[in-house]
Amino acid sequence: MAQELNRLKESPSQTAGPYVHIGLTPNFLGIEGVFPVDLGREMVNDETIGERIDVVVRVFDGTGTVLKDVLVEIWQADAKGLYNSPNEPRGKADPNFTGWGRMASDMENGECVFRTIKPGQVPFNDGRMQAPHISLWIVARGINLGLQTRMYFADEDAANRVDPVLTRLEHQNRVPTLIAPREGNTYKFDIHLQGEKETVFFDI
Amino acid sequence: MKNSLPEVHGFFQRDRSWHPPAFAPGYRSTVVRSPQRAPISFPNTLSEVTGPVFGHALLGELDNDLTINYAKPGESAIGPRIVVYGRVLDENGRPVPNSLVEFWQANAGGRYRHKKDTYLAPLDPNFGGCGRAVTDAEGRYWFRTVQPGAYPWPNGVNDWRPAHIHFSVFGPGFVQRLITQMYFEGDPMIWKCPIVRTIPDERAIERLIAKLDMEATQPFDSRLYKFDIVLRGSNSTLFENRKEGN
Repeated sequence: MAQELNRLKESPSQTAGPYVHIGLTPNFLGIEGVFPVDLGREMVNDETIGERIDVVVRVFDGTGTVLKDVLVEIWQADAKGLYNSPNEPRGKADPNFTGWGRMASDMENGECVFRTIKPGQVPFNDGRMQAPHISLWIVARGINLGLQTRMYFADEDAANRVDPVLTRLEHQNRVPTLIAPREGNTYKFDIHLQGEKETVFFDI
Repeated sequence: MKNSLPEVHGFFQRDRSWHPPAFAPGYRSTVVRSPQRAPISFPNTLSEVTGPVFGHALLGELDNDLTINYAKPGESAIGPRIVVYGRVLDENGRPVPNSLVEFWQANAGGRYRHKKDTYLAPLDPNFGGCGRAVTDAEGRYWFRTVQPGAYPWPNGVNDWRPAHIHFSVFGPGFVQRLITQMYFEGDPMIWKCPIVRTIPDERAIERLIAKLDMEATQPFDSRLYKFDIVLRGSNSTLFENRKEGN
């Protein structure tokens, strides 16, 4: 027998369940006094550099019903394309921008509203630039393993056309599922878990 | 071509046969919430290997004591007192320091403090059900709580969740984000649960069952359960001359 690699297996995922708010957005739920604020609610402050935008995310199930118990986290670069992370090797990101947001969907209309800034561009591994994008992680009752996807910006058409991720999709007719239209300063990103308009999810 | 390691060290690909599949009809909520098309892979970029980091300064003194962090002064939650402790490791067996670990649970009667939970068991006025910790340099975390109760849920007509605690864990890379659940050693309800059974491999299920640690148990205070969590590893640490964590 060959030597053992002695690697561990990742802990298997389990659904976040319908009560995810207790742990991750307790103040939103009305459990007050345990944590001062819900983490991820404020991504920007008055000093943050960049164009202020709202990103409104909704998630729809296979029947076309909007999820009212979903939790979405986003992760994005600052206006110059730098991540506020120790793993960012290219320089120091804007200290007034966290880059990370967490929102539970509104229990009436299913909207997760992120007040953020438009990110700059980040290189792909071969040096080509990626179009501006936001990474998303989606958990809810009925989702066994958090779903990973990206949101791109409809008004970045030139960059989107040469984006290394978007151009590698075999089914180019699915690219629009990753592109959020702009209305004023708001981007609306509708995610479809199933069906004709099923969003492209990533295994990354 | 130069002979050098790539600059962006990606994480090991997830073993999707180890995790529960998206479509698992025994857990009925998955049926209309499971993507049906194959996910798309590409090499990790900086967007995937970076992620938010939360310092210990974030924490309040009672964040990791659910028996008192929602209770009136001088009172505490009702139920069997336990301490859950363990480490957050990566697949290479190295500790993950500064990992934010968040947890939430039902009270000792199996009732959640949530507007959507209408189970007969009463709320405990001294129990909120949430807590958090940040791992130390060796990846360790711990918290005190009361052992949660089992409870019925709408799936089949008589499905019950085993006693469990929900965990949300961060690694340094955003694609390491993980939510899972911890179960208790010896609970016969584990193997009857449709959510547990979405995990195809029994060995994987056992990785979510915390072991009672009587040696570490605090006499006349709390029983201890040990629960280690493993996040995705990356090859960035394989060649570094760093002290082994395990």
